[in-house]
Amino acid sequence: MSIYVARSPWPVFYHRWRLYLNTWRGTVFSSFLLPVMFLLGLGVSVGSYVDDRVLGMPYANFIAPGVLASTAFQVAINEAAWPVLGGFKWVRTYHAMRASPLRPVDMAVGEILWIWLRAGTSAAGFLVVLTLFGIVRSPVALLTVPAVLLLAVASCTPVLAYSASIRTDNWFSFLFRFAVIPMTLFAGVFFPVEQLPLVPRWVAYASPLWHGVELCRAATLGTPTAIGWLGHAAYLALWAVVGYLLAAHRFTRRLTD
Amino acid sequence: MADEPLIHARGLVKRFPARGRRGTEFTAVDGIDVDVYPGESFGFLGPNGAGKSSTMRMIGCVSPPSGGTLRILGMDPLRDGPRIRARLGVCPQQDSLDPELTVAENLTVYAGYFGIPRSVAKARAAELLEFVQLSERATDQVEPLSGGMKRRLTIARALVNEPDLVLLDEPTTGLDPQARHLVWERLFRLKQRGVTLVLTTHYMDEAEQLCDRLVVMDGGRIVAEGSPRSLIAEHSTREVLELRFANDSLDALAGKLAGIGERIEVLPDRILVYTDDGDDAAGEVHRRALAPTSVLVRRSTLEDVFLKLTGRTLVD
Repeated sequence: MSIYVARSPWPVFYHRWRLYLNTWRGTVFSSFLLPVMFLLGLGVSVGSYVDDRVLGMPYANFIAPGVLASTAFQVAINEAAWPVLGGFKWVRTYHAMRASPLRPVDMAVGEILWIWLRAGTSAAGFLVVLTLFGIVRSPVALLTVPAVLLLAVASCTPVLAYSASIRTDNWFSFLFRFAVIPMTLFAGVFFPVEQLPLVPRWVAYASPLWHGVELCRAATLGTPTAIGWLGHAAYLALWAVVGYLLAAHRFTRRLTD
Repeated sequence: MADEPLIHARGLVKRFPARGRRGTEFTAVDGIDVDVYPGESFGFLGPNGAGKSSTMRMIGCVSPPSGGTLRILGMDPLRDGPRIRARLGVCPQQDSLDPELTVAENLTVYAGYFGIPRSVAKARAAELLEFVQLSERATDQVEPLSGGMKRRLTIARALVNEPDLVLLDEPTTGLDPQARHLVWERLFRLKQRGVTLVLTTHYMDEAEQLCDRLVVMDGGRIVAEGSPRSLIAEHSTREVLELRFANDSLDALAGKLAGIGERIEVLPDRILVYTDDGDDAAGEVHRRALAPTSVLVRRSTLEDVFLKLTGRTLVD
């Protein structure tokens, strides 16, 4: 099984970058303006019903790092879903790459690098907004960026494997209905998971998003984390490693006959 | 070394495992021997399902052989896949151009996959677009291009790494006659430059036009090998008399034709009489008062070779 021997994933990254230049305007809305609207809408409206003493801070402050983490999470998953299936099935980019010295693992790693850029920039942009709102005050908040990169790789790699395994995009609605949307709603973005009943609470604990949210919240607000930042990081790293091995395997299988 | 083959296959086999519970194992390539030498233009001719594409994919190092030996450019495709692919140019059967990129970018971005620096890639792209007569479309999107233009662009893309060996899988399938001729003409130019071409086709005219040497494949095996002319000389007569009749019981008519020419083939819509002198045979048909509705004398082609060897026609 494949330990990655570096060759060059950068042409794969560059291909995605070049396509992005055609479509970046749309993503400014979905990965930047939309979360800002979420923060304002929910933070102000729902926030006015929440007593600051319940969370020990204004509600908008509480959800800000959560929205940041869940935005990066969604960006990572979206980038690992349709474009990747399309690369196998519709545009056949990976088949074209396969005729070059690039190996399937280079393609998987190139996608991860690209997803890092997308998730990282969306987090960085959001961080600037939080600073302007005065929610973020300490330079420690910069640690949000590595936390988001860890969350992004932990959540995109299993999706890369998934996209390399399915034959039609109907399977994505499955992924979103049963994984992405429930995680976004229940993994501690909008309220502390301790308020959930036992079973869904443990489902939230198992999800990578919750660990990412905990790390982002600690970095931006200085709140204590549930199991220590090292524990959360280690759990995300485990997802990333297993996810990468699966993705490398599925990419190779799909491109070899 | 000049006489070292670029492709060397012995007893090459490709089997696909059974799919699903009721599936059976499928042998696509069933022990073939092939050598392709530098500067040659080599063809795999055969109907759909003959094992041509499976062979090409093994040569392209994206499909590991199930048995036999295969060496490409003197290397082992299983161990040296990336190193071999760096020196191959592949024009796949199924289009894989990027519709969101321009014509020129399809070449430069692809050149990046080979680690070719941007400035070199740009210069080569301009040259190659000139070669495939697409210079005026360089900054256009790919999507509105015609099928023939897309195929020519794919051929240009396959040349961007200055390959030692160019693999073309069904290069003109799905193109209209005019577009096909343009592709043939470009490929012929490549051949003249000494580029080694390996192509698959189920068009006998394509094989005759482009191949110095070819193998005829059927059911995963090689049934004949040689130059187009030597194959025709060996397996067919000089001329063929094609007869069509209003009457549709061709088998009965075939009986009445007995003795004319060397061999008679009955197809669903016509009868072929193999003979060295078509006009003479046509005269004999008239003397027997068989009254065909159409009479055509033509020279033998690879289609006739295939019919003789397999009992079937190439394109159905």
